Amino acid sequence: MYAFDLERPGRIADAVKLLSDSEESQPLGGGQTLIPTLKQRLAMPERLVSLTAIPEMQGVCLSDAGEVCIGGATTHATVAAEAGAYPALAALAAGIGDPAVRNRGTIGGSLANNDPSACYPAAALGSGARIITNAREIAADDYFQGMFTTALDEGEIITEVRFPVPEKAHYEKFDQPASRFALTAVFVAKYADGVRVAVTGASEEGVFRWSEAEAALSADFSAEALSGLSLSGDGMISDLHGSGAYRAHLAKVLTGRAVAAAR
Amino acid sequence: MTQVAMTVNGKSVSGEVEGRTLLSDYLREDLRLTGTHVGCDTSQCGACVVHVDGKAVKACTMFAAEAEGAQVTTIEGMGTADGGLTAVQQAFQDHHGLQCGFCTPGMVMTAAALLEETPKPTEAEIRDYLEGNICRCTGYHNIVKAIMAASGQDVSAVAAE
Ligand SMILES: Cc1cc2nc3c(=O)[nH]c(=O)nc-3n(C[C@H](O)[C@H](O)[C@H](O)COP(=O)(O)OP(=O)(O)OC[C@H]3O[C@@H](n4cnc5c(N)ncnc54)[C@H](O)[C@@H]3O)c2cc1C
Ligand code: FES
Ligand code: FES
Repeated sequence: MYAFDLERPGRIADAVKLLSDSEESQPLGGGQTLIPTLKQRLAMPERLVSLTAIPEMQGVCLSDAGEVCIGGATTHATVAAEAGAYPALAALAAGIGDPAVRNRGTIGGSLANNDPSACYPAAALGSGARIITNAREIAADDYFQGMFTTALDEGEIITEVRFPVPEKAHYEKFDQPASRFALTAVFVAKYADGVRVAVTGASEEGVFRWSEAEAALSADFSAEALSGLSLSGDGMISDLHGSGAYRAHLAKVLTGRAVAAAR
Repeated sequence: MTQVAMTVNGKSVSGEVEGRTLLSDYLREDLRLTGTHVGCDTSQCGACVVHVDGKAVKACTMFAAEAEGAQVTTIEGMGTADGGLTAVQQAFQDHHGLQCGFCTPGMVMTAAALLEETPKPTEAEIRDYLEGNICRCTGYHNIVKAIMAASGQDVSAVAAE
């Protein structure tokens, strides 16, 4: 690792100030992605601003509008334990990595990173969540802008994420056992005004909504409703773990399983 | 350099660290607590697992300065007051839950965290909780058996018995 200063502010306003002071400042969430990146010398910040000592960014609550609201620096383990009002979301958090990763990794870090095989992007896009930052509110549909790319500006931090609670939902993950990320995974959520389907671990563009499946499932919420549909392998991730065509096929199978398991 | 102070295995410690100093390096090099092993240094193997405020974390993937004010427990803090082994440690010995022993500190710390959350885990729960702990020697069955035994459960049904 290159040398840097580490700051641990206790308030959002102080963190934002520390991040805007210098162009070479970067937020630090749980560090479960950023620390390995720093070790590989793939980043050279002069200052890391830790967000995990900020009480305003911690915890899970239920808003008056019935949304599950999660502080941006809340760990996966806390979401797994406390987001019981949205069971599919709690189960997704409980399936990320391993217990030690879940005790450090945060929802804000996962969404800011937008790894093409990460779990939370599927939940946020599949739920039509709102990403709240220190500066504004971003709809999930506008937030994800391709692999490792988001709508966040330099120095902007995710302070909270708000998930509308669906009637039924399920996250079906096909594990890549070595990395423990998703080889491919699908989040299905049924709302009163329609079904949302978000696929992660498949496209080279990162998480995406499968609109044909959404239309079919909004008309008939059953695995059979998908039978005539197929996804193309073009533009899907192809690596030693699986071809693009394999991932496209998997996405359909997992969508069906998610529908069958949704509650 | 930053000043840090924390409690490690019940003792107050403090010192100067760089921003980039990992908790694993602080424990091993500054405090000379070399029981915390570094197997991969890439967050994959779990040999470096310690408890920070009662929660299992990978000490190679956390900065020492982030443990400011925390209660840290390492494998050196795991014995009984009279210098003996805890039930988990004794069970690893009784059930041959280790061979070379390199992964063992992380395995024991992870097992202790599991039993704190789930005093009587099923075999599947044990295997799931050990997801982030890699062992190159044992093939895991005896580790699972040891944890079953440490929780006071019958081990005869565990795979490969
Ligand atoms: C062994 C292992 C297995 C894993 N398995 C999975 C898995 O199955 N599924 C999965 O989804 N992920 C998995 N992960 C990744 C894990 O979930 C990370 O915790 C997550 O991707 C990053 O979150 P973090 O809080 O650790 O962020 P960091 O590593 O601290 O930061 C990541 C990036 O986000 C930025 N950032 C952090 N917090 C914020 C914020 N609040 N606002 C704006 N920017 C911010 C940082 O500057 C950095 O660029 C795994 C990681 C490991 C090591
Ligand atoms: S040394 Fe920390 S996970 Fe391997
Ligand atoms: S006993 Fe040798 S690595 Fe586990």
